[in-house]
Amino acid sequence: MEYQYIGKSIPKVDSTQKVNGTAQYINDLSFPNMLWGKVLRSIYPHAEIVHIDKSKAERLPGVKAIITAQDIPDGRYGPFIKDEPVLARGKVRYIGEPVAAVAAIDRERAEEAIQLIEVEYDELPPVFDPLEAMKSDAPLIHEELSSYFCVFPAVQEGNICSHTTFVEGDVQKGFKEADLIVEETFKTHMHHQSYMEPSGAIAMVDPSGKIVIYSSTQAVFITQSRVAESLKIPMSKIRVIAPNIGGGFGGKIETNVQPICVALAQRTDFPVKIILTREEEFTAGRPRHPSILWGRLGVKKDGTFVAKEMINVFDTGAYADDGPGVAGFGSLMARGPYRVPHFKIEGYCVYTNKVKTGAFRGFGNPQTTFASESLIDMAAKELRIDPLEMRLKNALDPGDQSVGKQTLYSVGIKECLEKAAQAVGWKEKKGKNRGRGIASINHISGLLTVSALVRINEDGTIALQVGTMDIGQGSDTIMAQIVAEELKVPVEEINIISRDTDAAPYTWATSASRLTYTGGHAVRMAAIDAREQLLSLAAQQLDENKEDLIIENKRVFVKFSPDKGLTFHQLGAISCWVKGGQIIGKSSFMVEKPPFDRSGFSGFPFGTMTGYIFGAQAVEVEVDPETGKVKVIRGASAHDVGHAIHPQNVEGQIEGGFVQGLGYALSEEIVFDGGKVINPSFADYKIPIAPDIPPIDSIIVEAHDETGPYGAKGLGEPGLVGVAPAVANAISDAIGIRMKDLPITPEKIRDGLKGRQVTIPWKEIWRKNY
Amino acid sequence: MQRSDIQLDINGKTYSISVPSQRTLLEVLREDLGLTGTKEGCAEGECGVCTVLLDGLPVRSCLLLAVDVRGRKIMTIEGVSPKGDLHPLQKAFIEHGAIQCGFCTPGMILSAKAILDQNPFSGEEEIRVGLSGNLCRCTGYVKIFKAVQAAAQR
Repeated sequence: MEYQYIGKSIPKVDSTQKVNGTAQYINDLSFPNMLWGKVLRSIYPHAEIVHIDKSKAERLPGVKAIITAQDIPDGRYGPFIKDEPVLARGKVRYIGEPVAAVAAIDRERAEEAIQLIEVEYDELPPVFDPLEAMKSDAPLIHEELSSYFCVFPAVQEGNICSHTTFVEGDVQKGFKEADLIVEETFKTHMHHQSYMEPSGAIAMVDPSGKIVIYSSTQAVFITQSRVAESLKIPMSKIRVIAPNIGGGFGGKIETNVQPICVALAQRTDFPVKIILTREEEFTAGRPRHPSILWGRLGVKKDGTFVAKEMINVFDTGAYADDGPGVAGFGSLMARGPYRVPHFKIEGYCVYTNKVKTGAFRGFGNPQTTFASESLIDMAAKELRIDPLEMRLKNALDPGDQSVGKQTLYSVGIKECLEKAAQAVGWKEKKGKNRGRGIASINHISGLLTVSALVRINEDGTIALQVGTMDIGQGSDTIMAQIVAEELKVPVEEINIISRDTDAAPYTWATSASRLTYTGGHAVRMAAIDAREQLLSLAAQQLDENKEDLIIENKRVFVKFSPDKGLTFHQLGAISCWVKGGQIIGKSSFMVEKPPFDRSGFSGFPFGTMTGYIFGAQAVEVEVDPETGKVKVIRGASAHDVGHAIHPQNVEGQIEGGFVQGLGYALSEEIVFDGGKVINPSFADYKIPIAPDIPPIDSIIVEAHDETGPYGAKGLGEPGLVGVAPAVANAISDAIGIRMKDLPITPEKIRDGLKGRQVTIPWKEIWRKNY
Repeated sequence: MQRSDIQLDINGKTYSISVPSQRTLLEVLREDLGLTGTKEGCAEGECGVCTVLLDGLPVRSCLLLAVDVRGRKIMTIEGVSPKGDLHPLQKAFIEHGAIQCGFCTPGMILSAKAILDQNPFSGEEEIRVGLSGNLCRCTGYVKIFKAVQAAAQR
C-alpha cells in the first residue's frame, strides 16, 4: 500500500522551537504575583507525627501560607489503591514524604521558611527489605489497608498490597515431564527515570473560581483526577495544561507537587509554582520497583519448554502507586513470547519504608524478563543448545496464544531474534573474554482509552483535538501524519491540540507504549469520520454520488470530471454558515477486545490488553577479568512494530531505550543506607554519557497488525526491556559466570570470578512465612 | 545583600543590570533577562543542560557567578542563529531526529558548536568526548552524533 504521509520520517512538528530555545517548559512559565512553593519532607522512614509547629515560619516576612494535612481535605489518591495523602497524615512512611508546604514571595524565602517549621516525630520500627516486610510479624506500614478504595479486587495481607497469579496447565505435572530443571533467584534494583527536566507545576485559581494547573506531566487527565479526588474538587472546576515536557519515561504520569500547589494557591489566592530540585527527584520521585525474582524452568532435552514457575516480589515502597500494575503486568509478561504449556507465575507488590516506586519504561517487564531470559540461557548451557536456537524453537507463531488465551495474529518475534543475532555476528568467532548474549521481549501496546475530535475549520484547515501527550517521543507528529493521510492535507495545516483537559477529550496517559496503537486508532477513526462527512456535504452540494468523489490536495472533486469540485475552504465555510453545521469527526475508543480468559487469573489489576509487540536484543561484550569492567562492543535491538509510521521516531525509541537499558544493566542504582538515599545526584547516580555508547543496530521488523492503524503497533517501552538479560547472557558466554543481581558492577564481576557471589536466601524466608 | 552593577555581553548585546553577588549566570539569564532557552536540570554542574559558551568555550552557567563573567563574551542558544535562519547544527538536529523532549538540546547544540568551531573536521571520537558533559536521557545520543557529524561535513 502506498501512502503519502504514513511511513515517512517527516520533520517533527515541535523540532524548531526546541532547537532555537523558544520551547516553553514548566519552569519557563511565570505569572503576575506568582509565589514560590517548597515542600518540607520527612527525615524518618517510619514515624508518627506528634506535633507540627508552624509559628516561627509563619512569622518570617514574605511567607504567605503554610499547610499541613490538617489544612486540607482528607482525600487519598493512587492509580490502583487510593492510599496516598497529599501531605502526610498521622504518620510518615518514607524519608522524603511531604509533611508540610510553604508559599512565599521567592525561592530563598520559601527555603528559609521550611527550615523554621518544627516537626516532632515518634519513631516507629521501619522495614526496608520486601522479604522481611512480607513476614507476618513485620511492622505494618498501612494499618488501614483494608479500608482503602481499590479499583480492582486486590488480594492483600499485611504489607502485601496486591498479589496476582497466572496459572495454565499443571506445573507439577509439567516439571515431571521435564528432562532438565533450572532454578535461580535474581535481584534487581531501584532505577530512576532521570529525565533531564525536573518535575514541577504552577497552580492558580482563576476569577471564576476554576483551578488552573500548568504541569510537567505525561497525563493531564490523571493530574486532574488526582487533584479532584485528593482535594475534593469537581473536575468541572479543574483545568490542567501541560507545556513542553522534558522527558518522563513513566515518572511523570502520577502527580507529585500538583495537589500541593493547588492547596497553596487556594489558600493564598495567588499562583504558586513548585519545581522539584534534582535531589528531590532522586529521593522523593517514583523510581522503578526493585525486585526479587525466583524462577524455575522445566525443559525437555531437545530444548522444548514444558513448565515454568515464578514468584516475583516487587518492592513498592511506602505507597502503592503503580505497584499493583507493575507486579501484575511484569508477571503477565513473564511467560515470555514462547509456548509454555504449564505455568504458575505470581507477582507480589509489597510495601516498605522507602520512597514509593512507580511506572518506568517497562513497568515490571524489565525485572521479570531479566529473570526469565537468564533462566533460558542457563538451560541452554546445560543442554549444550545454542541459546538462539532454543528461543527460536519455542517462540510464538501467528495463531499461538497469549497468557489469558488471546489468539495472536501479528507475531514478529522470530524475525527479531534472527536479525538481532545476525547483527552482532552470532556465528562469528569470538575473541578472548568476549561473549554474545540475546534476549526476547514481549510487551503490549493496546490499553484503555483514547478519544479524538477532528474538526474542519471555517477555512478548511484542520483542528485535531486528542489528549495524547507528546513527551518527546513524537506522538503529536504521528497523529498529524494520520490525519494528513486520511484527509489529504499537509501536516502544517493541522492544529494539534493535545495537552489541555479543557480542549481535548478524555484519554488515559502517555504510558504503556500505547499511543501509536490505541491513540493512532482513535485519531484515524475520527479523521475518517470527518472525511465521510466532508464527502457527504460535497456530494449534496455538487449534486453527485458520494462514490464518484475523491479527495486530493484539500479539494473534493468528481473522479471523472475533475473540474467539478469544492475546496476544503469552501466546504468548511459552507458547513459553518449554510449547511449542516461544523464538520466534527469523532472517535471514542476503548480497548475491550479481545478479552482475556481470566479463569487462570487471580488479582490481576487490569481489564484487557492487546497490541502485542515483540522484540529481541543482542549484545557482544568484552569483560576485563582484572578490573571486572564490562565493555559493550556492539548492540542490536530488533522490534516488531507492525508498521513504522515514522521510522526515524521508531529508531529514536529503540536507541533511547537501549541506552537506558545499558544504564539499568551496568551502572545506575539508587543506593540506600537504611531508608536514606545516599546518591541523590548525577555525580553518583551514573546514567550513560556520550563516550559510553556502543554502535547500536536499530532494526525495525514489521509483522503487520490488522487491528492497528495502518498495521502499526507500539514501541515506547520494549527498547529497554531485554538489554539487561542480553548483557548478563553475554557475560556468561564470555567468562562463564551467571550474574543474578543488577546492576552488574565491576565489583560483582570480580566477586563472581572469585566464587564469592552472594546467594539470596529465598527458600528459607519463603518457607518460614508461607 | 551585596549588589553589584555589572554589564554582560550576551549574544552580542550589552545588558546593564544590578545583581546580588551570589546570583549565578543561569539565574540572571533566565530570571532577570528572560532568556529562558538555557535550562536548569540539576543546579550542581552535573548535567550540562545549562551550558552556554563563554568566549567560545562551553561552561556550566549554574556554577558561574554573574559578577565573574562581566566583560566576557557569552553566547546562549538564542544567539546561535541570526534572525530567521537556523545554524547548520540546528538544521542537522532536526533532519537527523536528534531531538526528542528537547530539554538537553540547547546545551547540546552549544557544546557541539564549540567542538566544531574549534575543529570543523572533528571525527566521531572527538564529538563523543566533547559532548561527554551533556547528558541526554531520551535519544541515547546516537542521532545526536549523526547530526553533529553531518553538520561538520557542511
